[in-house]
Amino acid sequence: MNGPGGADVALHAATLRYGRHLIWEDLDLEVAPGERLAVLGPNGAGKTTLLKVLLGLIPLSAGTVTIDGRPPAHGSEQAGYLAQQRMFDPDLPIRGRDLVQLGVDGHRLGLPRAHCPQADAAIEAVGAGSYASAPVGRLSGGQQQRLRIAQALAGGPRLLLCDEPLLSLDPASQQSVTALFDDYCRAHGTTLVLVTHEITPIAGIIDRVLYVARGRWAAGSPDTVMDTETLSALYGSHIDVIRVHDRIVVVGEGGGPHHPPGGSHQGHGHDRGQGRGDLDGGGHPGHPAQGGHR
Amino acid sequence: MGFGFLLAQPFAQHALLAAALVAVAAGLISPFVVTRGMAFAVHGTAELAFTGAAAGLLVANNAIVGALVGSLVVAALIATLGASPRERDSAIGSILAFGMGIGILLLGFYHGFATAATNILFGNIFGVSGSQLLVLLALGLIVVIVMAIWYRPLLFASIDPDTAEARGVPTRRLGLLFLLVLALTVTGAAQVVGTLLVLSLAITPGAAAQRLSASPLVVAGLSILFAIIAADGGLLMSFEITTVKASVFITSISFALYLLARAAGPALRGRRRYGGPELAADDAPETFVPGPAAVQPRPAAPGQRGAHGHGQPPR
Repeated sequence: MNGPGGADVALHAATLRYGRHLIWEDLDLEVAPGERLAVLGPNGAGKTTLLKVLLGLIPLSAGTVTIDGRPPAHGSEQAGYLAQQRMFDPDLPIRGRDLVQLGVDGHRLGLPRAHCPQADAAIEAVGAGSYASAPVGRLSGGQQQRLRIAQALAGGPRLLLCDEPLLSLDPASQQSVTALFDDYCRAHGTTLVLVTHEITPIAGIIDRVLYVARGRWAAGSPDTVMDTETLSALYGSHIDVIRVHDRIVVVGEGGGPHHPPGGSHQGHGHDRGQGRGDLDGGGHPGHPAQGGHR
Repeated sequence: MGFGFLLAQPFAQHALLAAALVAVAAGLISPFVVTRGMAFAVHGTAELAFTGAAAGLLVANNAIVGALVGSLVVAALIATLGASPRERDSAIGSILAFGMGIGILLLGFYHGFATAATNILFGNIFGVSGSQLLVLLALGLIVVIVMAIWYRPLLFASIDPDTAEARGVPTRRLGLLFLLVLALTVTGAAQVVGTLLVLSLAITPGAAAQRLSASPLVVAGLSILFAIIAADGGLLMSFEITTVKASVFITSISFALYLLARAAGPALRGRRRYGGPELAADDAPETFVPGPAAVQPRPAAPGQRGAHGHGQPPR
């Protein structure tokens, strides 16, 4: 699989609204070819929506978005998409290799091919060869995720868009999937945009963080953005960012700790409190790394 | 009238040919019906093909054309009223109940109510005229051609709709196309087994095939094979035992194949979860980056930004 290099992504004054509901506003962001960007923020902050904008599925309300200088084309082969994981039904009549193959030619007319070298190469690249012929619904969550990554990579994308790729994986699988992204993007120069609500497992492989919350945003290096001052300004209320050994813990985001110390699973519910009264202080953002403001 | 005598008759040969073509169409769509969870949509379309057939008989003395129009109208109704999967079944149920009532009203106006109703509900392919057989052939061919063209994107949209949509597959339009293909198939299958028993050709073969393989191509092949065995096997048996309607044999053969597949399935596909190597640290590639330990950004990252990098909009 010789990669075609990375795509560059640019958003200028990008604003998205659903009706009167503001998702985010005046987002300015450039992602260089080969760069890795993590998109963080509470639920409902528009992280997945950003990916759909980059896929050309949702138009911006205002501003511009370009990939390699052109507006994103729906169904473009330059973007590989790893949708948020849902487990496949155990009786679904599809094997792992069929799933990967659909990533290569599933959008084209005609009957499925019996053999697909590109799919085989992608399966090999993610190390899923030993279970690719099993019904995909009977595999473990980590195995299914590895095959879905192969599916996203099989078309040889220049831009890889991943939505919560580590959700529902155990710590060992999180580590190996993270290493897989790192190796693949390094080898092929692929640009990576990765939506996550937990920075710790991927902190070692990303270059920059975009944090979106309450219609506002901040971007910069992980150390700059994952910072008490920056996030407090973003939320308009006091947020503590604490580094406990090798973990980054955000406290106050939704009333509870962002990552339970020592626990490797994702805490759910901590980021559901976007509209809570205790965070509705409405303070004006003032940090240098602070982004769009209302 | 012996078996050989009947087999030599043109009407019997036409019936076998038409049944085989209808079976190919039904067998082809059957795995999609199962995967997309549309069994009730098939049943609803078939019930309303009954209403259409009754109207067709009354207006033009032509049940097939009536059934065709009826099922196409229903497909369009299901598409508009039951757009979301959650709503679909209740929408179909509502349409179905009302449509069946209209069908009974229409048949009440038709002379020979009992025979006509029996033929529509339970099928009577031997009563179909030569020109109607041509209509059936055309229906079968259209379904096979449409499915051959859109098979791959339809498969993608059926098993992995989110990714398919991101990849540019028009999932909504394909859903509508599938409903129309379903309507054509149901119309054809209704002539062979009757509107009440369409499920035995449009669902059972696909459900049986999925028990035996996880390869989409193998499943499609098996499903078509099972549908042909049931349809033509049932017709042949009714040549031998002329007092029993062919539908009885067709549904019985179809169900027997399903039971056999369920019994044989676990041995072929494996009942428990696949016992391959779990994705774990020892399964990972050589250049392993310990995630949690590496909070610091990579030293030689491309496009590394400084502390105040890109986050500053013009103020």
